[in-house]
Amino acid sequence: MSTVLAAGTPAPDFTLPVTPDQNLSLRELRGQPVVLAFYPADWSPVCGDQMALYNEILPEFQKYKAEVLGISVDGVWCHAAFAKHQHLHFPLLADFEPKGAVAKKYGAYRDHDGVCERALFVIDEEGVIFWSYCSPIAVNPGADGILEALENLKKKRQSHGDLESSRRAS
Amino acid sequence: MATLKAPVGPADHTFGDQHAPVILVEYGDYECPHCGHAHPIVKAVRKHFGKQLLFVYRHFPLTQIHPLAEPAAETAEFAGANGKFWEMHDAIFENQPSLSLPLLAELAEALGLSSGEAVSSLESHEFEPKVRNAFLGGVRSGVNGTPTFFINGQRYQGMYEFEDLVEAIDAELLASEKHRRAG
Repeated sequence: MSTVLAAGTPAPDFTLPVTPDQNLSLRELRGQPVVLAFYPADWSPVCGDQMALYNEILPEFQKYKAEVLGISVDGVWCHAAFAKHQHLHFPLLADFEPKGAVAKKYGAYRDHDGVCERALFVIDEEGVIFWSYCSPIAVNPGADGILEALENLKKKRQSHGDLESSRRAS
Repeated sequence: MATLKAPVGPADHTFGDQHAPVILVEYGDYECPHCGHAHPIVKAVRKHFGKQLLFVYRHFPLTQIHPLAEPAAETAEFAGANGKFWEMHDAIFENQPSLSLPLLAELAEALGLSSGEAVSSLESHEFEPKVRNAFLGGVRSGVNGTPTFFINGQRYQGMYEFEDLVEAIDAELLASEKHRRAG
């Protein structure tokens, strides 16, 4: 399994196609938490598909104002068909050309297979990796780790905020 | 290993002896073919262990890929509010290949419930919060698809054929027996 970038590392910026005629850059999402979910391929033939699960949990992610991004080496047209078929309501990024370049920056690329790992990153409002996790390729990592990280990030912000206001008060 | 974060409580649908030494929790989706496959197996497992097993079923509908999973879960809750959860649970799984909204109303009628009330409970989303709550408890416990089983709070990673489930539950029974003797 790859060694993915660890917490505390600034998240490498990237610009990737999100639809056939639109790009998305990570830095555009500064100011809110970002969940970056690398996965091996669209169309994995299982019911409890990872992207289908995140789709169901979107309202929970939104409670933390978090933006969820799926990312794989599939091309934009493949993503478009997959998202339509699965009724996905969040963007899928195409790490297609040069293939896997962004996954490689995050340590989430499988050279032998030519696909992304099942690697998860929660990136904080300032663009720093707050939490990361790499799951065995055959195992859907679920969402409990992501939700726990978002909760911890929120707590950290709150306690930091309290500290700031108590400083100002004294 | 993943553990069950939402303990079994009064909001749960349970089948069996409340004091059974082993609790089997299933997170399921009424439109998931794998859950449909597991259903008669789980029933056979329940029968096999009798009073030694408490079975708990919780909803985990993947609504975007299974559009009937949510109304089916809410119909089961409607039946549950009228004391017929397990009857509806069985009826839905047994009719899974022909699952539809009219069928859910028919099943309610067949169980002696009002199909009109069943339909209006779906329209008003009366049981949606309860279903969502079960789903979110599953998410927190690391459920990533269906069916997912927990045996005495520990995620069961094996296959869900009869022999596999019986073997895992037997091991748990043995462990609880030893624990009881030691205590």
